[in-house]
Amino acid sequence: MAVARVRSAASEARLAGLVLPQGGAWLTAARGAALDRLTAMGLPGRRDEYWRYTDPTTLVAADPVPAALYDRGDEAPAFDAIDRLTLVFTDGVFDAAASDDLSLTGVEIVRLADAGARDIHWARELYGVLEARGQSPVARPLAALNSATATDGVLIRVTGKAAKPVSLVYRHAATSSDAVLHHCIKLEPGADFTLLESGPGAARFNTVTEVEIADGAAFHHIRTQGRDHERRVATHLFARLDANCRFKTFTLTANGVLTRNEAVVELLGDDSIAHIAGAAMGDGGFHHDDTVFITHDAERCESRQVFKKVLRHGAQGVFQGKILVKQGAQKTDGYQISQSLLLDDDCQFLAKPELEIYADDVKCSHGSTSGAIDDTALFYLRSRGVPEKTAQALLVQAFLVEAIEEIEDAAIAEDIRDRLQGWLARRMG
Amino acid sequence: MLEIKNLHVKLEEEDKAILKGVDLTVETGKVHAIMGPNGSGKSTLSYVLSGRDGYEVTAGSAVLDGQDLLALEPEERAAAGLFLAFQYPVEIPGVGNMTFLRTAVNAQRKARGEDELSAGDFLKVVRAKAAALKIDAEMLKRPVNVGFSGGEKKRNEILQMAMLEPKMCILDETDSGLDVDAMKLVAEGVNALRSEGRSFLVITHYQRLLDHITPDVVHIMADGRIVKTGGPELALEVEQNGYTDILAEVL
Ligand SMILES: Nc1ncnc2c1ncn2[C@@H]1O[C@H](COP(=O)(O)OP(=O)(O)OP(=O)(O)O)[C@@H](O)[C@H]1O
Ligand SMILES: [Mg+2]
Repeated sequence: MAVARVRSAASEARLAGLVLPQGGAWLTAARGAALDRLTAMGLPGRRDEYWRYTDPTTLVAADPVPAALYDRGDEAPAFDAIDRLTLVFTDGVFDAAASDDLSLTGVEIVRLADAGARDIHWARELYGVLEARGQSPVARPLAALNSATATDGVLIRVTGKAAKPVSLVYRHAATSSDAVLHHCIKLEPGADFTLLESGPGAARFNTVTEVEIADGAAFHHIRTQGRDHERRVATHLFARLDANCRFKTFTLTANGVLTRNEAVVELLGDDSIAHIAGAAMGDGGFHHDDTVFITHDAERCESRQVFKKVLRHGAQGVFQGKILVKQGAQKTDGYQISQSLLLDDDCQFLAKPELEIYADDVKCSHGSTSGAIDDTALFYLRSRGVPEKTAQALLVQAFLVEAIEEIEDAAIAEDIRDRLQGWLARRMG
Repeated sequence: MLEIKNLHVKLEEEDKAILKGVDLTVETGKVHAIMGPNGSGKSTLSYVLSGRDGYEVTAGSAVLDGQDLLALEPEERAAAGLFLAFQYPVEIPGVGNMTFLRTAVNAQRKARGEDELSAGDFLKVVRAKAAALKIDAEMLKRPVNVGFSGGEKKRNEILQMAMLEPKMCILDETDSGLDVDAMKLVAEGVNALRSEGRSFLVITHYQRLLDHITPDVVHIMADGRIVKTGGPELALEVEQNGYTDILAEVL
């Protein structure tokens, strides 16, 4: 059932003012269709069911709130030690000079801005398509806005085992940048591909990634967001899985005024697995929202959602996670856990876990907890000579472990753990 | 030397006195045992000495080699050489035993102005000490005490003690929950650490442990005080007759 949405005058005015980018026959058509979807649903407002906990005002306003550029200091860039093909986007525009050549064995990479004029049939069958499917039963207007207005991004088709990961590196250069990126990834049967994303993208950053995974293919996605304090980000990851696929996505987030990460995953073929994990740390006036929708529409599929948030000094965390098991999706194994560690009394974690099940032979569980640091464990560590702050940092890491364990690649997991340790040492050390 | 004088402790949250004037001196290099009925305050004494929250010292002092323990944070007490083997060792999911040990050893070395141990050196030392306590490599990889049996947890406490080489070791019922063989291992672990510069305060209900770790002095604690002090024979007396006679005599 589609959820009725409330339209506001501001939203109407903003939509009327949208000018669609030009260029490329099929892309123009796709943008037009996305705009029609968006016009029909309207921009998100605080009264929409899935925007009650997160205020979309600054994400939908005509102009972005400026964000100071962030100085990373002596911290190494994410995935520095990983052998990867790097594509750089500065304020949402592909930077060829800073990027590697778009050539990689087993992988076809085309810049979206170049693709519109060409007839890349697989891209035209994907661009905006998964996004459109993901609009029901829950509307995701920011994703439709993205499909309608994005001018850049990458289209990646993987035909075999990719020689190395593709790493999208985002750079923020102008304080008022408003970036919209749209990526499409198609994994042919048996393909194996890892996508990395990192870096502050812009003052306001809207990304959509559509991933189509054919039989027997594996997709891994590891992303870091942070520590740029002033960013406002909305991301959408749409995925459609055939049979015997693996889909694993992990996001490490630190700070950010506003971060909304949505994942919409459809399991359409039997025996596939989808794992969606996130570890987030918010310190201060930060708001972090994970919104996930997983649809089981095939037999014997497994889905796992593992979300952990560490909050303090007024930070807010939101988790909205749904598992929908359709009729006939027997032997579904669905697991969902969302937990927050509240380091003081002045932060907040809002969770909305949902299960909707129409098959009778399924195993689904969900749990959500909020708690403080375990005093007994803290004392135990201190009694062994570990200083209080180090002990706290250890316990925070321990809390996040279950999410980080979702990263399969050992070197990438190591990079993420090191980064996390560095962040914790800065904050708590 | 640990000197506890007239130590009075109440619960922070409620007006309940638990230690009511503990006087106890453990000379350097000696092994003292404390026995006493359930609820007499033995664990409370060990927690207060190591700096756990929730207690308020209303009078008295506790000094380790000239340092006022009560003025220090728990980690500073550890760095000063105090170690408590917990009656109930704590499980810490998500923190590997190795990480825990290395962090603790290096934190203490740093606090004392010593160089941190290299990863290689640390591994060598920990492997040897773990082997002596029959703690296998698999256990070292697991999260701290998670899924350990009661006896494994107690052996893990002794491993920590062996790694940290404290000056003043308090063992709170380290023998409870141990089978006969594990008890011998633990006792051997403790005896191996006995030295001129190291003192022990062994809290126990049973003579069994004291058969292996012969104490120099035995104290009886009751209702928040040390009510009787004697030699090893005092433990035998408790073992045979219980506390009734002793308590009747002192009260
Ligand atoms: N945090 C607390 N809250 C309430 N009561 C407490 C607390 N800590 C200790 N007590 C009480 O203080 C008394 C002494 O407890 P303690 O654990 O020190 O005894 P013990 O001598 O170690 O006993 P056992 O031999 O059973 O281990 C008991 O009556 C106990 O219930
Ligand atoms: Mg006790």
